[in-house]
Amino acid sequence: MTASFSKPISSALRELKLSVRKELKYYFTFTGFGIIAFFVVIAVLAPYISPYDPVKKVGDPLTEPSLKFPMGTDGLGRDILSRIIYGTRIVLRITLISMALSLLIGVPLGLASGYIGGKLDSLISLLMDSLYAFPGLILAIALAVMQGPGEMPMATSLTVVYIPTYFRMVRGETLSIKESLFVEAARAIGAKNRVIIFSYIFPNVIPSIPVILSLNAADAVLTAAALSFIGLGITAPTPDWGFDLRMGYPYLTSKIWWPSAFPGLMIVLLTLGFSLFGEGLTEILNPRLGGR
Amino acid sequence: MSTLRVYIVRRLLLAIPMILVLLTIVFLIMRAVGDPVSAILGAHAPREQIERIKAKLGLNDPLHIQYLSYLWGILRLDLGRSMIWGQRPVLEEIMEHFPATLELSISAFVFSVVIGVFTGIFSACRYNRPPDHIFRLYGIITYAIFIPWLGMLLQLIFGVYLGWLPTSGRIDPFMTPKMVTGLYILDSLITFNIPSLISAVRHLILPTVTLGFYLSGIYTRLTRAHMLDVLQRDFITAARARGLSERVVIYRHALKNAFIPILTMMGLQFAALLAGAILTETTFSWPGMGTFLAERILYRDFTTVQGTIVFFAILVVLVSLIVDLLYVYIDPRIRY
Repeated sequence: MTASFSKPISSALRELKLSVRKELKYYFTFTGFGIIAFFVVIAVLAPYISPYDPVKKVGDPLTEPSLKFPMGTDGLGRDILSRIIYGTRIVLRITLISMALSLLIGVPLGLASGYIGGKLDSLISLLMDSLYAFPGLILAIALAVMQGPGEMPMATSLTVVYIPTYFRMVRGETLSIKESLFVEAARAIGAKNRVIIFSYIFPNVIPSIPVILSLNAADAVLTAAALSFIGLGITAPTPDWGFDLRMGYPYLTSKIWWPSAFPGLMIVLLTLGFSLFGEGLTEILNPRLGGR
Repeated sequence: MSTLRVYIVRRLLLAIPMILVLLTIVFLIMRAVGDPVSAILGAHAPREQIERIKAKLGLNDPLHIQYLSYLWGILRLDLGRSMIWGQRPVLEEIMEHFPATLELSISAFVFSVVIGVFTGIFSACRYNRPPDHIFRLYGIITYAIFIPWLGMLLQLIFGVYLGWLPTSGRIDPFMTPKMVTGLYILDSLITFNIPSLISAVRHLILPTVTLGFYLSGIYTRLTRAHMLDVLQRDFITAARARGLSERVVIYRHALKNAFIPILTMMGLQFAALLAGAILTETTFSWPGMGTFLAERILYRDFTTVQGTIVFFAILVVLVSLIVDLLYVYIDPRIRY
């Protein structure tokens, strides 16, 4: 499985030509990457491309989408397009921070736990498995309730939710790699544990990370949006997709759909980007699974 | 036979440390991650009020005493009392809201499995042709769906524009059937209350579709994958060679063999079902646990929020226990 990561480019190119089904995974990966890149560009350029100030009243409340306000205005007369553009920054920042933190904690824990084994391993595994069994959203809700509103509390709540996914994967791989011949050989020539973990085991674990990372990111976008939707997100008036979606709800019965529809669409699009990317990557890195 | 009994007993015993660990995690989150008092009163509260709340919740005791009394309470099925209005026992309020969640979860679960399995079979039988590509994409898109957004679209189309279905609540006013199980559809069936039944079903459709659609993708993917695998086996070729109709080959021979992993997924999906139900309920003002939890979060009703989360934790362990025990009967090969 891990060997496929370093397969020669020529064979990858040959595969690209093989069949429609095989091409599908490249479409998935590139489309996913394109969507993520699109949102990253929007987030970076937010101050330059956003037509209005996202937190100021710039028109009549609940104006229909028009040339002046491409996505209409919300209940407080703020431009929805500008709020979406600035909201991109928040959601990407939360996703990035939580993914980085959970990776930084989950991967070393998995390496250590798998390599050292024994009581420490059982203890950490028990804790991680329990966290993993807990429904992610409910765990995030509990953590967010206790930390109060804000961007960092949201990010750290999500971090705790995703640590076990990295831990379990890395621990599992470490357990199998540490038994392999080359690790035994390294130990025989007197390599220190630290060297074995970082130079022998860790590099073989890396190929599995991107897939989990992107699928987790997809899930994190949804969970973050869900937290804001429930009211555990960022304090108003900061633009936040999930919260804006919620704020548009009361107007639905009056056929005013735009304050909710557009922020929600962005949540779905960004999630789709991450999951397409992850799906395609899974198949490229693990051809054996072949779209299964 | 005796190995079976040993397995069941061992599995039951294993549930105890699992529950204990989850409860400890909940306790640590509720005490160590943040401060309950500021979660209840906000950051700036007068000193005497803080002291009053602290005394009331027993927060002045040492941590291990708090922990033990928390566990002792749960053991006696006492989740404390709500901090707002009448201060009712939390468990009583949970039990009032749980049937609604159960009803929604069951119907969404059935919907998702049926849709997922059939789209999966359809996709596998058209392997690598356009319908297959469409359903593979379907499997990914459902994963990316934000439930409140899908719910909003359905409310807009079928509730607001077409006016066919109600967009919120569980049943029309004054239609509630006589309470037997708390599941309105079942209750109205038991009491032959046809108007209630119609009303309950109409209210259930949109939430079911929303939650069911979100959960169906994983079954589509799984069914497709395992059907593809099974359809290549020799016994399928043999069945076809014997001249059996394609329908018999697929549903009787292939699906039966592809079903065990689908069953595994049903158990694993329980957590997703719960999380999805919370969002669906909030979206459709469905008076279940999710709406209840979201509402009490806004009121900073600490004991109720903690109690609800404890309830969810225990539920997760119990369901995984039930699923594991069910396996033994479905697949005789499974023994630990």
